[in-house]
Amino acid sequence: MASDQLSLTFAALADPTRRAILARLADGEATVNELAEPFDISLQAVSKHLKVLERAGLITRARNAQWRPCRLETAPLDSASDWITRYRQIWTDRFERLDREIDKLQRKRKEQDHGQD
Amino acid sequence: MAKTEFVIEPGQQDIVIKRTFDAPRDVVFEALTDPTVLAKWWGGPDEVEVDRYEARHGGQWRFVSRDNEGAEWAFRGVYHDVVPSERVTYTFEFEGMPGHIALETVTLEESDGKTTYVSNSVFQTVEDRDGMVQSGMQSGAEASLDKLASLVEGS
Repeated sequence: MASDQLSLTFAALADPTRRAILARLADGEATVNELAEPFDISLQAVSKHLKVLERAGLITRARNAQWRPCRLETAPLDSASDWITRYRQIWTDRFERLDREIDKLQRKRKEQDHGQD
Repeated sequence: MAKTEFVIEPGQQDIVIKRTFDAPRDVVFEALTDPTVLAKWWGGPDEVEVDRYEARHGGQWRFVSRDNEGAEWAFRGVYHDVVPSERVTYTFEFEGMPGHIALETVTLEESDGKTTYVSNSVFQTVEDRDGMVQSGMQSGAEASLDKLASLVEGS
């Protein structure tokens, strides 16, 4: 289900270490050791983060290469930003209609004020 | 054109929307809380039936939105507080996902004849926020976009 995928994506993105790992992978493939380097955490902890990212489909890991390098997958990120874009669009659209209704109300009030003169 | 500001952080369970309207806040308040006006802007291209609307402390609201194929989506909630021209606090629930309830507060602040609208929606979990946003959008989201496109292209 798309919504489950999105929940996984958002949960994976909620952690700053995982976001840093993704930022690093945006520059190209890297091994677990390379990814662990900038962080003051164990290789095991990095592996756990990688599993979360992998489950969310944000990264893939080579199955056959000896060092199993990780690579960034951008599709889930696209769909995450996609719903935000659509949500923004709905509200932008609503507010444009609200603007028109507010205009109408203002004009009506002015007419009523003139009517009282 | 007025700009709408959205704060939707990954992994958080809230959404903040800010927008300035070129009108005093009592007018904005009327547009937000008069059910006949509300029905005109809230639903997009879908027909919105205001089934229940009691904008007062403890009052209930329920909107049913219908697309042109007859599909229906209903939303409901209870007003916690209504302070005229200043603040409205209510719960929001998509009936398609019962039990997943958000608490929404809309505040209006006036300055130089313009009104700043701020809405703050807090969901029970991050998953609720992301899931509800998605399901809420199914209520004619695509049709809304179509309508917007036709407005934009028509002008």
